[in-house]
Amino acid sequence: MDVQNIVREHVTIRFAGDSGDGMQLTGSLFTNTTALEGNDLRTLPEFPAEIRAPAGTVPGVSSFQLHFGSKEILTPGDNCDVLVAMNSAALKANLSLLKKGGTVIVNTSGFDKKNLNLSKYGEEHNPLEDGTLSEYTVHEVDISKLTKESLYDTDLTYKEVERSKNMFVLGLLYWIYNRPLESTISFLEEKFPEKPEIAAGNIKVLKEGYHFGETAEIFSENYTIHKADIGPGEYRSITGNKATVLGLVSAARQGNLPLFFGSYPITPASDVLHELSKLKNFGVRTFQAEDEIAAVSSAIGAAFGGSLGVTSSSGPGVALKGEAIGLGVMLELPLVILNIQRAGPSTGMPTKTEQSDLMQAMYGRNGESPAAIIAPATPADCFDAAFEACRIALEHMVPVFFLSDGYLANGSEPWNFPQQKELKPIEISFEPARNGEESDPFLPYRRDDRMVRRWAIPGTKGIEHRVGGLEKEDLTGNVSYDPENHQKMTLIRQEKVDKIADYIPLQTIDSGNDEGEILVLGWGSTYGAIRTAVGELQKEGLDISHAHIKYLNPFPKNLEKILSRFDKILVPEMNSGQLVRLIRDKFMVPAVGISKVKGRPFFVDELKRKINDAISISSNTNGDS
Amino acid sequence: MSLITEIDKHIQNGNGDSEPAKYVGKDFSSDQDVRWCPGCGDYTILKQVQSTMPKIGVDKKDIVFISGIGCAARFPYYMDTFGMHSIHGRAPAIATGLKVSRPELSVWIITGDGDSLSIGANHFVQLLRRNVNVNLLLFNNQIYGLTKGQYSPTSPEGSTFKSTPYGSIDHPFNPLSLSMGADGTFVARAMDRDPHHLQKMLQRSHEHKGTSMLEIYQNCIVFNDGAFELFTDKKTRPREAIYLEDGEPLVFGKDDEKGIRLDGLKPSIVSLAEGKYSKDDLWIHDENDKTKAYLLSRFFDQPRDETEDHFPRPFGVLFAVERPTYDDGVNAQVDEVFERKGIGDLDELLRGPETWTVE
Repeated sequence: MDVQNIVREHVTIRFAGDSGDGMQLTGSLFTNTTALEGNDLRTLPEFPAEIRAPAGTVPGVSSFQLHFGSKEILTPGDNCDVLVAMNSAALKANLSLLKKGGTVIVNTSGFDKKNLNLSKYGEEHNPLEDGTLSEYTVHEVDISKLTKESLYDTDLTYKEVERSKNMFVLGLLYWIYNRPLESTISFLEEKFPEKPEIAAGNIKVLKEGYHFGETAEIFSENYTIHKADIGPGEYRSITGNKATVLGLVSAARQGNLPLFFGSYPITPASDVLHELSKLKNFGVRTFQAEDEIAAVSSAIGAAFGGSLGVTSSSGPGVALKGEAIGLGVMLELPLVILNIQRAGPSTGMPTKTEQSDLMQAMYGRNGESPAAIIAPATPADCFDAAFEACRIALEHMVPVFFLSDGYLANGSEPWNFPQQKELKPIEISFEPARNGEESDPFLPYRRDDRMVRRWAIPGTKGIEHRVGGLEKEDLTGNVSYDPENHQKMTLIRQEKVDKIADYIPLQTIDSGNDEGEILVLGWGSTYGAIRTAVGELQKEGLDISHAHIKYLNPFPKNLEKILSRFDKILVPEMNSGQLVRLIRDKFMVPAVGISKVKGRPFFVDELKRKINDAISISSNTNGDS
Repeated sequence: MSLITEIDKHIQNGNGDSEPAKYVGKDFSSDQDVRWCPGCGDYTILKQVQSTMPKIGVDKKDIVFISGIGCAARFPYYMDTFGMHSIHGRAPAIATGLKVSRPELSVWIITGDGDSLSIGANHFVQLLRRNVNVNLLLFNNQIYGLTKGQYSPTSPEGSTFKSTPYGSIDHPFNPLSLSMGADGTFVARAMDRDPHHLQKMLQRSHEHKGTSMLEIYQNCIVFNDGAFELFTDKKTRPREAIYLEDGEPLVFGKDDEKGIRLDGLKPSIVSLAEGKYSKDDLWIHDENDKTKAYLLSRFFDQPRDETEDHFPRPFGVLFAVERPTYDDGVNAQVDEVFERKGIGDLDELLRGPETWTVE
């Protein structure tokens, strides 16, 4: 059979299987190879909160979606072109996400009686036979059997053979999309240095999968996706959490400070702790604390001593840290709080994404306790945002929230990484020693014109002093219950945060005109979906622009001016309307929210529809008035 | 090999220079007025700490007092050292972050029975098991003073206070047994009314490498006056308190007429006056013996009067052993990785393992 090679501009593949089937690894390896091939891409891993939910059931399905192409790719794709289903549960959980007419590659061994019953299709209703898939192109491959045959003459155990079947799938997909095997082969060799027989087995199965595509005569087409036209430079593939780690380490290096990281494990933030714990030779000390409160408290203790103190968590953990963050505000010490947001409230949906902790960061502490807030827009942007969070904390002696989320944390994209020489310097200046002969007394809360006090660290002669969570007198830091003083200090703490606006970039328009009919205003991980949706709406003739806010507290100084240049402001968020409330509150503009709280990012088509709906509703309202 | 950070440069650039310090106690008084209730046991503890500081040979620029919340937690404001009055129960966690990142500092935690055994109990036991090299002074007054008189986690069962008009039904913590259970490496007890002994215990706390847990019985004159009177009153003290000395027999009583014998693991009180037993028959205190230290911590009877059969309350160092400290461990690992891998190359880290170039 002649295989026809077809050029595609972009493709979305979804790998789905049991959580023990290694779909996350398969997806990550395909992503790396694809990145090295020069495509632009975005990924969306989705997995159950349970490590091993009951095998074969729908709740136990783990999936990994990858969108790649030769054009600009900003989202992991709405629906997929190709669905790989390792068993019937994987098909059941993911079929609704496959485009009509799309391709399904199924592992037929995963559709036996047992699997059909576990997935609740029932043994009488095999979707491969009952017409369920009649609108799709279906490739039935007995992946389990082919893997076993491939490893027939090795000494690998049943379990080890069973675990290799994801490599068959990967090999097959590499053939279908014309990808080289080298990067995966060297990964496998490095992963099992002690067990070369396992590496060899996996590599053999990978190659078998590739050759199966070539020779099995069931695939009449394979595809080429040309390199993307992304800007020139050197790229690597990066996830949000890894970029966050690099941002923190880079800031510590630019400030020439030790980095102290106090953390308590929580999904989806734990990878930050894992990665940082490897980087001790960058002056990083990691502390896995007994709880969230100890985690943030230890970071405050380290910051008191002159280290860059950082703590990380997700919403529930940040709730526990609240009182200590207030202490950081009161002491006026630098502190960075990473909140890798997840779907809430309470324990919520730990592995699902949401942007619903903006109000928590803004107001979620007792008393009036202002802190700065910054949010990355893409996985790679986590680097800049984490770096900026540290810079602001250190230069303004203030706690700073960094609001990433599960989608950014685990998602990946190509990153034109910077070199150290391109990074901003971070100036650190500790309060100097005193010998008692100075004409003026040492005042721990003396401020400069940015309202910032100097960092006075233990070990410095002659500046022994006390700080604390009680209200203090300005300048001396002595405890004060004076009514006028409390009013003054409350204003000072707010003004100090407000003045950060003088030291952050101005807001820009991401796409579209600087003024016009509609501005779509976003923040955080919705960037890709909004940019793509707005881009398509622009092509359809709408007068629509997109601005994306990275600095959420304080807002950039020119934001109000930008807002005033548009007739309508739409604010899509993965919450029920948090930024939109801040915008209305601060600027008194009738901004309209677009909400999604499903634990999943916006789809582009969905967002376009919601934008169109919002425009027509607000047009009608305007017409009435 | 390691990084020379801004902290190192700051300290090396003359900011950390100092003459060998010759202090007297008042050098450690801050300019703040002390505001505890008149007659509060905290005054004498403050005085003994201020008197001990000149003896420990540490420059005051290198001393940090960290407290949580409660009456005792005001302590750092009155010490002319570095200090932080933090939040309720969290001082051990703050101290851990500071000590791990600045191991050269002498870090003292000031806490109370509510602060460290209720709201901060988790951090208290974690500190002990990690054995962070800090000193923890637990001011135990068996009452919540700052919130004006509720029972605390060390108040005896049946205590009638503001929140327990019919008597407390909470079983109290035994702070020393708890510390032993958490694998503390230095477990000791002192009282506000014996300044000389308290100073000795403060000095020992400083000398111990690891978490030094010193419980100090402290009288709250307003809400729980006399809670420890049996132990502190000069008349009853000889009968109710036993002072421990390493290598010495367990002797107490007004004329050292009583002793404690150990039959297997069963202690008993014997008379040295009747000729049947001499000091040679008694339990010899061994600070390194964990089992015996635990037994001593169980000398926790709540006597109402002398006729009741009970053991005296031990004061002094019950237990002191060396165990690697957490802060040393963390920094040794950092040093080892620096040694093995060299100072991390940021550009290499940013590049990662695989890259590609777009022309």
